[in-house]
This record gives sequence, structure tokens and C-alpha cells, in this order.
Amino acid sequence: MKDIAVIAFSQSDSVADAGANNEVELIMPVVSDALGQVGFKSAQDVDFTCSGSCDYLQGAAFAFVSGVDALGAVPPIKESHVEMDAAWALYESWLKIQMGQAESALIYGFGKSSPGELPHVLTLQMDPYYVAPLWADTIGMAALQARTMLDAGAITEEDMANVVSRSRRNALSNPHAQLSGDYDVETLLAEDTYLSPLRRHDCCPSSDGASAMVICTVERAREMGVKYAVIRGIDHRIETHHLGARDLTVSSSTRTAGERAGVFEAPVEVAELYAPFSHQELILSRSLDLDGDVDINPSGGVLAGNMMMASGLSRIGEVAQRIMAGDYQRGLAHATSGACLQHNLVTVLEGV
Amino acid sequence: MAELAAVIGIGQTKYQTKRGDVSIAGLVREAAQNALIDAGLEWRDIDAVVIGKAPDMFEGVVMPETYLTDALGCNGKPMLRVHTAGSVGGSTALVAASHVQSGVFKRVLTVTFEKQSESNAMWALSNPHPFSPHLNAGAGGYFAPIIREYIRRSEAPYDAGIKVAVKDRKHALRNPLAHLQLPDISMEMVEQSPMLWEPLRFLESCPSSDGACALVIAAEDLATQAPKKPAWIRGGAMRSEPTMYAGREEVNPQAGRDCAKDVYSQAGVTDPRRDLDCAEVYVPFSWYEPMWLENLGFAPEGEGWKLTMEGATSLDEGGDIPWNCSGGVLSSNPIGASGMIRFAEAARQVRGDADDHQVEGAKLALGHAYGGGAQFYSMWIVGSEKP
Repeated sequence: MKDIAVIAFSQSDSVADAGANNEVELIMPVVSDALGQVGFKSAQDVDFTCSGSCDYLQGAAFAFVSGVDALGAVPPIKESHVEMDAAWALYESWLKIQMGQAESALIYGFGKSSPGELPHVLTLQMDPYYVAPLWADTIGMAALQARTMLDAGAITEEDMANVVSRSRRNALSNPHAQLSGDYDVETLLAEDTYLSPLRRHDCCPSSDGASAMVICTVERAREMGVKYAVIRGIDHRIETHHLGARDLTVSSSTRTAGERAGVFEAPVEVAELYAPFSHQELILSRSLDLDGDVDINPSGGVLAGNMMMASGLSRIGEVAQRIMAGDYQRGLAHATSGACLQHNLVTVLEGV
Repeated sequence: MAELAAVIGIGQTKYQTKRGDVSIAGLVREAAQNALIDAGLEWRDIDAVVIGKAPDMFEGVVMPETYLTDALGCNGKPMLRVHTAGSVGGSTALVAASHVQSGVFKRVLTVTFEKQSESNAMWALSNPHPFSPHLNAGAGGYFAPIIREYIRRSEAPYDAGIKVAVKDRKHALRNPLAHLQLPDISMEMVEQSPMLWEPLRFLESCPSSDGACALVIAAEDLATQAPKKPAWIRGGAMRSEPTMYAGREEVNPQAGRDCAKDVYSQAGVTDPRRDLDCAEVYVPFSWYEPMWLENLGFAPEGEGWKLTMEGATSLDEGGDIPWNCSGGVLSSNPIGASGMIRFAEAARQVRGDADDHQVEGAKLALGHAYGGGAQFYSMWIVGSEKP
């Protein structure tokens, strides 16, 4: 496979409620900023554009249709859309460049979760005949997973609080974060449980926002003379939908995706993991053999702000930006979809 | 350069108003299983699955790929969900093809579906968007004024749309999978059906169907070993433009013209009416046949209706460029699958596997899909021979 370069990334602040801003108004600033970082003006300057969004967040069909208004798509552009996190839009774009039909691509993801109640909306992702009618929501299912981990002795509540404490502290240096602060483990554990064993801080917030990225062939990046991070590998895998048929204490699909993406071929220094619940970060870091030497979620991760449909792409952008800044030489980024980490994507990024 | 890829398996369900005998999972599995049987393969032979459908509100399941992974034998494999409005069936096939053309995968299963009986598509499409003017019209109401403008400009005869409605339903009588089976169809019957959105009558509109369509796409080395003749992908293209902008040409959209030009140049087509043997084109409302004949370059601007009226697009009239031999979207319309059915039916033709609606000796065929307010396009050209 060809190495492909990430040359620009931009993300909005994660906010609980973007108010009267519509989707186009969420997208335009990040798309313009990402394009502007490499001297591009509109989607006319890239060969392909792909986005990720979900109709059910805004409560009407075709959330992505108005998104095209943010691109400058006159004359018409080569464009596609996944009803998934934009990390998968990156995957589609990566394939397009691999097949030689494009040399560059703009990818963006956006979501406005504030109009609805996200945990309930996502219930409609479950089997519509047997599970969804029971209204088991995402928090309830994550609590089930955390309880399974605790009962198996795989983690303790202190381990979960440690994840939150580090996330909040790391987020202090992330200007886009929604939640940050200095909290020690004792303070966190003194809080009441919300949905046992989860405390409120074990759950990511619901956020509105968007992010955008520009990628191109390494040759093109060199010609342009811009900074870039290289995508060395990218892979994603899905598991059975039925929670009872999975071992919820591990993530076999993350492991397989990591193997296919080349995570284990050399040590990684940094990892951004899409873990909407604290215990899931522990599952993911174990599935990817991340030890104490790896900086996990230096941005604070999605516990500090979870822009549905954009957070996965943002994890990749967070790692790419740090590599471009020279902070790290090799890192991985992870994205997830579905209940209890059903579907996982792993990207390995390196410096030049 | 892209790797060569070909369709080696095609599976469809019977299209009908309500498939009450199967769940959503059962519906997609039926099409997928049929495609695997057609390709002589088993579930374990598939490297990745690409799924597509129109808005999730049609069934009320958010991002249904998570629920459908078990039914599609995808556990432990990559699964991607495409959504590009009504063009999604075509786009999904192209995204699936890119999995193989990139050299990343060898054999990919792609499935599209809609189980429209789970809801009412017209109203699912007409939900008010926050901060946008509310269009309470459904697709027919949206396209009717554009069609009227076409009629005004082209001075097309009153019955060109009626003729298309009859022609595609006659084609459907040759296709046992087609939803509408109207053996008594006639110009009078269409003309006397109720007017829905002037100038579109009930029988000039597509039905609402349950159904699924699946393809197996394989790399060159595996395609040549397939038990049945492969349909080689000779070109694929997508285009999008904004729904509204100053000066937008809605009758003959530029995105459609550009997309056609792109796919023709990949396949070496210079005169589509001469170079192609047949086409499966997304015609959900009768008048879109003459309009797309022009948009796709089969006829000069303002003259598409002449081909229709001459019978050039009719298999029954021995036309030189039959369109929608399967009966088209006017005869079967599970929205999310409709584009892929066009792509699949084009492939059936060049495989010589289209049974009673086969165009004799078809070697090169166009599959076409469009969506939204006619601002999203996807097209491919498949051939009986490698490029």
C-alpha cells in the first residue's frame, strides 16, 4: 500500500449546545481552516471529498445534503458520504487514493447531538426487533460492560477513576475541550454512581461540533512543501451485534484492526483512543498492548468532549498534529462505532 | 493505476410492497446469499462488506450496519456503510469496487436494501429540517415543476411521459423479480390514472417496494476463475453539486453531465447511443427518461423525447438503445437498493444472464443512479470483455 500524508486538520470546540448554528455553520469554519492550512480555498482544490454524519442526530433525513453547501461545490465535485464516523470517510478516501482515482481528499465529520437525547437516539442502533424496543440505552449497555469487567477482576473502580483524572488533566491544555480540570482519584470516587457502576464522569459528555482533514499522496505533499504525518496503516473490523455473544471485557476487533494496521511492528509513543466510557479506554489499551510508556489521550480523549460522527476523525487528527509538530515520531489513533465498542478502526501514523 | 475488478455474483430479492415474511436482516441475507450462490462462493470467501441504503428513517434503525453484521457474515471483517441519498445504490457499488481496485481486498460483498413497508418514505423525506424552509411535498412534488420546465423548453408532446410509463411496465413483464406486473398496461390506462403532481400521474410514478440487491466484486485473478462470466468494471464516476445555487440548471444538471463525461472517457465511449448496447438509468418518474437521455448525451438537448417516442429505448419495439429492460425504477423501487439494481442489471446484460429481458449480444452497458434533488450522481460502465 502507498503511504498517504495527512497535511491539515481542524476541529471546532466541543460544546454542549451549538445553539442556533446549523450543520453548514458547524462545518464551514473547520473545512475552511483545514483547506487554508495548505493554501486551498475550497473543495475544488482536492480530487475527492467524503464526509460522515448521522441523520438521527438532527432528526431529519439527509443531514449531509446541506453539508455540500459548505464546500464550494460549483462546478460539481467528486463527493461521497458515509453514515458513520468520519474516520470511515477517511478510510473511503484512503481507498480512493490507493486506487489512483485521486491524489488528494478533504474529509469532514459533523454532529449536532444537542437537539435530542443522544443515549436514547443511539438505542435505535440496536436490533429493531429484539433489543431496541426494550430501550436499553448506550449508558446502560456500557454499565453492563463495566460491571462485567469489575466482576471478572479485570479492572477496579480506581482504575476507572484514574482514566478520568488523567483525561480531565490532559484536557486542561486542549482549548477545544468541553470538560477539563484537576481531579484526584479520591475526589472522583467520592461521587455517587449515576448508573452503577458508572459515575457521571465515567461517561463522555454529549457535544456538538465538527472536524475536517486534508490528505494527499506523499509525493504531492512533498511538491507542496507542507508538513505532514504519514498514514502507515489503517484497518477496521466489526464484531457481532449481540452483546451476549461477545466477550465484553476485551476488544477482538480492535486487536485485529491493530494487527492489520501494523501497530505491533514497532513501538508507538502516543495513542488517541475513542473511549466514550472510562473502562473502555482500559479495554482498548490492553487490546493494543499499550504500556505505561505510551501517552494515552493527550487531548483528554472523548471524555473531554464527544462530537458524534467527528470524534473518530479527530482522534486521527490529534495524533497527526502532534507528529507534524515533532512531539512524537509514531502513534496510533482509534475510532469506534456501535454499542460497547462493536466496530473499531485503527490508524498508524508516523513522522517523516 | 487501479486494479481491474469485475462483478462475479449478483443476487436480488423479489420486489414487492411488503415483505412481511422476513425481517430486515432476513431481507439483506436473501440477496447476499443469492449473490454468493451466483458467484459459487461461501461466506468465508468474502474479505469485506459494503452496505448502502437511503435515510435511516425509512426503517427507523440508526446506522443499521451494526445490527446487520451477523446477517451478512461480517463478524471480524471490515464493514462500511454508504449513504448518498437516492444515488446510494450506485455509490455503494463504486465504494465496494474501490475496495478491490485499490488492491487492498480480493473479494468484496456489497448489499443495498430498503424495507419501505416499515414506514412511509414520502413523509420520512419530508421531515422539517431545523432552520430550513419546510418542503412538504415528497419527491414527486419536488420534481414536478422541473419536469414542467423541461416540457416547456423542449416542446415535448403531451404523452411522452405516458409512453415511458407503458414501455417500462412492459419490460417489467419480462422480469419476474419486478414489483409491478401490469399485463394490461396501455397508454389509456396510464392517462386515466389519477394525477398526483401535475404532470405526473399515479402510473407515471415509481412504486414503494421492499427489496435488496447484492453484488460480489472480485479482483482480476479471481474473476477469471469465477464459474460464470464476469462483468468487467470499465469505469465508475460520482458527482455532487449543491441543492440550490444561483443559476443552477435543474432540468439538465451539470453534475449529471460531468459524471457521464467522466465515466464515458474511462470506458472509451464517445457516442453513448452508438457505443453502448443498453442502459439501466434511474427513472423514478416517467419524464426523467427523456430528460436523462439528454443529460447523458444519448440525444441532443431538447430532443430526448424523440428517442422515447420513436421506440429507440424499447426492447419490445426493437429499439437500438434499450433503456431499463428490467422494468427500471418505475417498476420496482426499494429506494436504497434502486441504484444498485441499475448497476446489477447492467452487469446482467453484459454477462448474457438477463433471461427474458436480455438485449441480444450486449457487450457494454451503463448503470446510472441519481439522488436528492438531482444533485448526486453515480454511474458505472460494465463490459463483457476486459478493457
